[in-house]
Amino acid sequence: MNISSEDITRVAHLARLALRPDEIETMTHEVGRILTYIDTLNELNTEGVIPTSHALAITNAFREDAVVPSLAREEALKNAPCRNEEAFVVPKIIG
Amino acid sequence: MELYDQTIHQLQDLLRARRVSAMELTEAVLTRIERVEPRINAFITQCRDLALGQAEAADRQLAKGEGGPLCGIPLAIKDVLCTQGVRTTCGSRILESFIPPYDATVISRLKGQGVVMVGKVGMDEFAMGSTTETCAFGVPKNPWNPDYICGGSSGGSAASVAAGECIASLGSDTGGSVRQPASHCGVVGLKPTYGRVSRFGLLAFASSLDQVGTLTKDVRDAALLLGSIAGHDPRDSTSAKESVPEFGALLAGNIKGLRLGIPKEYFGDGLDPEVRRAVEEAIDRLRKLGAETVAVSLPHTKYGIAAYYIIAPAEASSNLARYDGVRYGFRDLEAGSLVEMYKRSRAQGFGPEVKRRIIIGTYALSSGYYDAYYKKASQVRTLIARDYQEAFACCDALVSPVTPTPAWPLGAKSDDPLALYLSDVLTVCTNLAGLPALSLPCGFSATGLPIGLQLQGPHFSEASLLNIAYTLEQDLGLCQQRPGLSL
Repeated sequence: MNISSEDITRVAHLARLALRPDEIETMTHEVGRILTYIDTLNELNTEGVIPTSHALAITNAFREDAVVPSLAREEALKNAPCRNEEAFVVPKIIG
Repeated sequence: MELYDQTIHQLQDLLRARRVSAMELTEAVLTRIERVEPRINAFITQCRDLALGQAEAADRQLAKGEGGPLCGIPLAIKDVLCTQGVRTTCGSRILESFIPPYDATVISRLKGQGVVMVGKVGMDEFAMGSTTETCAFGVPKNPWNPDYICGGSSGGSAASVAAGECIASLGSDTGGSVRQPASHCGVVGLKPTYGRVSRFGLLAFASSLDQVGTLTKDVRDAALLLGSIAGHDPRDSTSAKESVPEFGALLAGNIKGLRLGIPKEYFGDGLDPEVRRAVEEAIDRLRKLGAETVAVSLPHTKYGIAAYYIIAPAEASSNLARYDGVRYGFRDLEAGSLVEMYKRSRAQGFGPEVKRRIIIGTYALSSGYYDAYYKKASQVRTLIARDYQEAFACCDALVSPVTPTPAWPLGAKSDDPLALYLSDVLTVCTNLAGLPALSLPCGFSATGLPIGLQLQGPHFSEASLLNIAYTLEQDLGLCQQRPGLSL
């Protein structure tokens, strides 16, 4: 599988990762090699095979709709890199 | 034998009889850590004061005849499990200062028994790796030869158990991350059935593959530790409502009449001759112990790596989206806009292997590629699971090597990610099928590096795997061996 540095740049944006030009170059080479290896999956005919997303046949996990205590606000905010008294603070979104 | 070299079940008896106090035991382990840690570097965070406090509490419980079976036992915990009030990094700079406000379910269950936590041990960043060389806080070394890798991603767990820096450890296994380091460090590694143990509070890598596992000095300890953490948890909707047997009581030490499958694909050309010999000799022992062996085939094994390295990164790319610099973890405070803040925080917080897998996973899930990669890999996952079903129709468990080679020198494969991925060939299929598996020491290379034997079984067959491993362990008599760390 040939993958271009433009592909990596596009995917890095989707993944919200700022990559340096040298990282994009290395990544293009390495990811290309890995995807070429992954292309060996195409040796298999999988027509009509149902995909597996979960190894066990658990379908629904129901529980009582009971109210239980949740994390207190102060606890939830404790690890925030930037916060005020009651909320997480992020850079301005609307100008 | 020194206290720190003993097993849970040996120490249980000493503690219950009050011949040793939890405090004496904990101090012995802490002193051992002080002595060997400069050479082994297994820990990311040591919790000396916490451990001493827990030991004191355990002694009070033991004096009253209270506490669970693991009361007073010093454990080391892989830094992938949330521990309330104790930093949990997942081996990553992005979580360098993260202090969880809650315990993982497995941790609260252990605390309920009165265990002692001596620290959080090293791992590949976000459990992505096979050598623990991607850990952002230093690389644990193999206690049998500190110039060699300890394996990964639960490398700190395996190294700390082998070096006597704890009595046992919890790790996690997404594609072999408990079994492979256990094999390289000569300890017992158990990866339970998917759903057997709660994943609540286990930092997510690939949610359909991740499972908490145990690293112990012998099989009886694996049975004890698994019994202490297993069972349904309402806070993990994928945990199974399967009853938890008394694993320890089911170690019959008798495997007469069991049928063991030998999968030919696990003994291919890439297998190191010393590993082949050690595993084949162990299989001979299993026959002498009364098991019958049958040749079986798992024809899709060779596609396991390709399927795994789509599915695991795809799930990881989604799971790791939560590290956005908002609620916890590293943030680049200089970034002007929200998107720049995300991008720069993640770029600085994640290491190269994590970035690589996020890129592969995002690519595989991106518009136009989903069918070619993610769907295809998920279909191959079905074929791999079917291989196992057919094999288990004619045998009780599968016997194979854990890894194609013994441990290799530090740095030897760190520049070649694909070569490193390929070394997981014998362990990833287990996770794709959600099966339980166990790694048991079965010999040594000529240079003195441990070699492991792998047992894989049908869903929820841990008791049977543990019994097979226990029977072989008694016969091989290797579980008393400890690395001769020259100090």
